[in-house]
Amino acid sequence: MTRVDFCGVEFKNPVVAASGTFGFGREFQDYFDISRLGGISSKGLTLNRKEGNKGRRIHETAAGMMNSIGLQNPGVEGFIKDEWPFMKDLDTVTMANLGGGTVEEYVEGARLLEKTDLPIIELNISCPNVKEGGMAFGIQCTPASIVVEAVRAVTNKPLVVKLSPNAENIVEMALACVEAGADALSLVNTFNALAIDIRTRRPVFNNITAGLSGPAIKPIALRMVYEVSQAVDVPIIGIGGIMSWEDAIEYIMAGASLVQVGSANFRKPDICLDIIMGIEKYMDSEGLEDLEEIRGIIGR
Amino acid sequence: MKDSYRDGIIILNEEVARGIFKLVLDGNFTGEPGQFYMLRGWNGLDPFLPRPISIADVEDGRLTLLYEVRGKGTHIISRLSVGDSLSVLGPLGNGFENLHGGRLALVSGGIGIAPLLYLAKRRESKVDLYSGFRSEPYFLDEFKPFVDEIRVSTEDGSFGHEGFVTELLSPETYDLVVSCGPMPMMEALADQCRDKTELMLSMESHMACGIGACLGCTVQTIRGMERVCKEGPVFNSREVIFHD
Repeated sequence: MTRVDFCGVEFKNPVVAASGTFGFGREFQDYFDISRLGGISSKGLTLNRKEGNKGRRIHETAAGMMNSIGLQNPGVEGFIKDEWPFMKDLDTVTMANLGGGTVEEYVEGARLLEKTDLPIIELNISCPNVKEGGMAFGIQCTPASIVVEAVRAVTNKPLVVKLSPNAENIVEMALACVEAGADALSLVNTFNALAIDIRTRRPVFNNITAGLSGPAIKPIALRMVYEVSQAVDVPIIGIGGIMSWEDAIEYIMAGASLVQVGSANFRKPDICLDIIMGIEKYMDSEGLEDLEEIRGIIGR
Repeated sequence: MKDSYRDGIIILNEEVARGIFKLVLDGNFTGEPGQFYMLRGWNGLDPFLPRPISIADVEDGRLTLLYEVRGKGTHIISRLSVGDSLSVLGPLGNGFENLHGGRLALVSGGIGIAPLLYLAKRRESKVDLYSGFRSEPYFLDEFKPFVDEIRVSTEDGSFGHEGFVTELLSPETYDLVVSCGPMPMMEALADQCRDKTELMLSMESHMACGIGACLGCTVQTIRGMERVCKEGPVFNSREVIFHD
């Protein structure tokens, strides 16, 4: 059984499509039955709709990519009106990924989401690509605690806080977020990174830096998931360069309850399905009844 | 349901000009003029992303693509041989519409000539082709059955008019102009055609997924940011905002 109980919400398997790589699911339903997914984390939402960044938004790197999309999204109300009804009808768990520029924006966004029957909120304190993307909250523990506590006060939904690998100390950050009321943690968002166009002698991206993702970051992200899972008692969603079922199993062995698949969706629209089927086969061949048997096994 | 990535078998992969390759794939392919395919010609995780290439022709399930070797990905594809397979996704995006009737000019810059061939071929009546190149021209012979006139410019003057292709065009003599090429060329053309004739542009952008998910390939339009891969790649020039 690939089933996972996560903060009281049942996921049919541990594979969740990561925020910002799967839209609201619509584009992928042409390629596979997206109800096969454990869950979908929505494109990052902000209280008000955003146009996103101008100029280059994508740059390929060695075994990875950088992006500077800038949280282009329809706003929380637009999501609730136009996207949530579609996602709600899917037989998979939706996480509403919420970012913000100020504590007030986060709180107002969370209040709106609280009025819906959305099962989970994933709080994004880690978008590196907009000034108001929340990364300011994701670097140091004190601002992170303030925003998590404020959002905690207005929602009874399971609250997952998505951490930035750019945090000064990822373990302390994790502890601070749990202390402030996070029910779970997801990690990691993209690594703040730089690319330069040597012909123009300018940075590739208008914002100078952008977020690095893909298999290039996997070993670092995996180490962070391991360290955090050793330090906290709440469940963890492992994210970072998962390209295959083997990668997903590594994250689970490091301590993750669920995994999110991100950039891999860009290489193959039905990659999540391959990963789910790979995990099922692996469990069969290893005689595993429950992923709990191997969760965090390296740290026991 | 649509197919995810599937194999196309190479039946031709030939350098038609310096760094410019014509690739023909067998595999029951379909597509409309202006649409594109995502291509991956390698295993493993590097290069990481597939490459978007527009359709130059589809006939009897065979897909013809014209590509320029620019980076790692296209370099790898250029080294593949007949009989090798490529992983492909498509056809993707929205193609050209309402192309029949009226006087139509096609304006290409460099490798942007590729999608215009399939358009010329599928149109009921002949077109005029205006083609700009940096130096050596390519692919022009393929157009001959479908065009009344071909006018060529090269930036170095090695063939045809010396200068830019936009200098050869009188927009007011056409009901519609269709263009594909570098952004500065298409922007100049948009200025030139404004209030004189309709202009449809096939846009290019750095792209990750090709299916509308990553929001990486957006262009600014009068309706907001739109995805080249999903709402495009074909846009009416009046809808595109080149600068703020």
